[in-house]
Amino acid sequence: MRKLLIMSTALCALALPASAQEITVMSFGGAYGASQMEAYHKPYMAMTGIKINSVDADNPATPLKAQVEAGNVTIDVADLEPSDLVRLCDEGALEVLPLDELPLSPDGKTWEEDFVEGGIYECGVGTIVYSTIIAYNGEKTKGVDAIEDFFDLEAFPGKRGLRKSAKLTMELALMADGVEPADLYDVLGTPEGIDRALAKLDTIKPEIVWWEAGAQPPQLLADGEVTMTTAYNGRIFNAMIEETQPFEILWDNQILDFNLYVIPKGAPNRDAAWEFIKFATDTQRLADQAGFISYGPTRKSSMALVGLFKDGKTQMASHLPTAPEHMEGSLVTSVEFWADHDIEISERFNAWLAAN
Amino acid sequence: MAATTGGRLLKAAVTRAQGGARRRAFLLVLPLLAFVFFSFVLPIGQMLHRSIHNPAFAANMPQISAWFRDNPVGTVPGEAAYAALVADITAAAKARTIGVVGTRVNYELSGTRSLFTSAGRRAARLEPPYAESLPALDAEWASPQLWSAMRNVSTAYTADFYLAAVDMTRATDGSIVSVPADRKIYVEIFQRTLLLSLLITVVCLLLGFPVAHLLASLPMRYSNLLMIFVLLPFWTSLLVRTTAWIAILQGQGVINSTLVALGIISDSERLSLVYNQTGTIVAMTHILLPFMVLPLYSVMRTINPAYVRAARSLGASSWTAFRRIYLPQTLPGIGAGSLLVFILAVGYYITPALVGGASGQLISNLIAFHMQNSLNWSLAAALAAILLGVVLLLYWLYDRLVGIDNMKLG
Repeated sequence: MRKLLIMSTALCALALPASAQEITVMSFGGAYGASQMEAYHKPYMAMTGIKINSVDADNPATPLKAQVEAGNVTIDVADLEPSDLVRLCDEGALEVLPLDELPLSPDGKTWEEDFVEGGIYECGVGTIVYSTIIAYNGEKTKGVDAIEDFFDLEAFPGKRGLRKSAKLTMELALMADGVEPADLYDVLGTPEGIDRALAKLDTIKPEIVWWEAGAQPPQLLADGEVTMTTAYNGRIFNAMIEETQPFEILWDNQILDFNLYVIPKGAPNRDAAWEFIKFATDTQRLADQAGFISYGPTRKSSMALVGLFKDGKTQMASHLPTAPEHMEGSLVTSVEFWADHDIEISERFNAWLAAN
Repeated sequence: MAATTGGRLLKAAVTRAQGGARRRAFLLVLPLLAFVFFSFVLPIGQMLHRSIHNPAFAANMPQISAWFRDNPVGTVPGEAAYAALVADITAAAKARTIGVVGTRVNYELSGTRSLFTSAGRRAARLEPPYAESLPALDAEWASPQLWSAMRNVSTAYTADFYLAAVDMTRATDGSIVSVPADRKIYVEIFQRTLLLSLLITVVCLLLGFPVAHLLASLPMRYSNLLMIFVLLPFWTSLLVRTTAWIAILQGQGVINSTLVALGIISDSERLSLVYNQTGTIVAMTHILLPFMVLPLYSVMRTINPAYVRAARSLGASSWTAFRRIYLPQTLPGIGAGSLLVFILAVGYYITPALVGGASGQLISNLIAFHMQNSLNWSLAAALAAILLGVVLLLYWLYDRLVGIDNMKLG
């Protein structure tokens, strides 16, 4: 009996290493995370049999930094915003990626030619171009055609939703005050520029509802809690199409930003993680993800392959931030500027926020 | 002297026996003590250590840090200083630590992060005299503010984060000055946190006392049934309870829609009950109420109703009997409940984050901001340490005034 027990335990120990390999991918969750699941994770799992463990976080940069500093990394791939990526890459918390191994586009372009400006770094490969836009309920509010309307409480009464961060809010205030996108970061870098942005925000301060998670603006609009709100365009699109909410997007002066995949230093499955990133950022996959959420692909070659939304009816091309008709007047978030000035401007912003 | 049958002194024998009992007791508690030490004291101690220790500059730029040590405040940097600086920047750029160094200086002086990273890219090609070639890259390298900022960060152990946490900073000559008025946040938020927590404690007391009294007065089987209603919220997720309050309190929510339907307020004058301090107070009172009811209930259960009846029979009015006989006996329970609710309220994060808007933010939300958004963990640790200190101070005050031994949980 004892011999049987020992033999069966030994056999179990032999069986354990034979389990399938798996990698952990951390992202922002919500509708965006679901689109990644459909476009990248499921095809990859079907193709290779490697299990992908999807984890969500409000901002994957925080757990990533904590894990790398503690020396106990469980994440293999993380989805980051460019400002966090630049900061963490300079601190040596991310692996430098062998970008030359990235696949060519169908028309033979290398990664240097195919990825849009700001869509690829030595520590990260971009997946999507998203933008922060102003959304409103098309049935209740009519006649919104410029971002100055966001600050016009008489013509459009009601509360406004803004992200509770200096980034994306200060730029909106300055553009609504008349600053051209090309000059914006020069103006915002001066104390007078910061004062000007805060003064503009003061005009609507009592009516602002502050949001932190990407899922909050569509909820606020649906509840009727706000008349207009800034939001990530993909979340609004999903509410419009999947939940048939009568929302409309104001593309004027949209603020563009990217999301990129990175590998933390000390990731347990570094090679498998890199294989996944190469797959997820190839031309077809980036075009596929545009079929699940209205974020633009970072590869120029993907635009031609973008087709219908998963509902089989909606043409995606005109809903993407990178569509030509939306690009006029748009602002690309400056990573270098925020890496330098985030702390100072956030302090001013937090102090302004806390004051009554 | 007393002696035992074995001839030893009685006192010595008793001490030995007690020592043995104490050792056994200690060994029994040892696993729990070890667990609390490794899972609580050590990590929190390490975190608090961060609030005074930030070696990002000092460890990665040794030569210029040594120059700062050897030369007092006010020394104009000469060729030796610049040479040390360039050597350090070159080495840091090669070791990929220049970003960390730049970020550390950026906390002191905004805009300097890119100064360091761009200098790092070009430092290897600089020629002496460095006092001219480095400022030639960027004039900022010769500014006294930059040198003052570098001097401040050149020591690994620093009190600067605590200064920042109370809205102070160091001027170029090294003296401590207040931060400009438009950058002051923390002191006001600390005050707001303490005042709101006090208010929530008082409201919880006013609402919880009658409930506890009812539960304590009813026969056991009824009060057990009603106790389930008090405990039911604990079985519901905290997030669900908080978002339920958003649905009830918001502009188009249950309360406002009911009032408009009844004609009490008009549609355009809907009450603003959430995303401000009102929302924070209401939601936090709801969540912390059981913590007030339970200690009160345990104490009230032990109060003999005969005393109040005796007072009434001796001619006391209902109010006098309550004030002079019943209330003093419940004081230990009030003390326990209030302390519990206050300490929980002071550290609460989730509820103010969801329903507080801008004016209902508490200090824990700012600590979370520095942990998650600005990734300035040293400042977050300093704020947390101050919060811990304030709570310990209040606890000590409470002990002096009321006495911890007078506190009963039942």
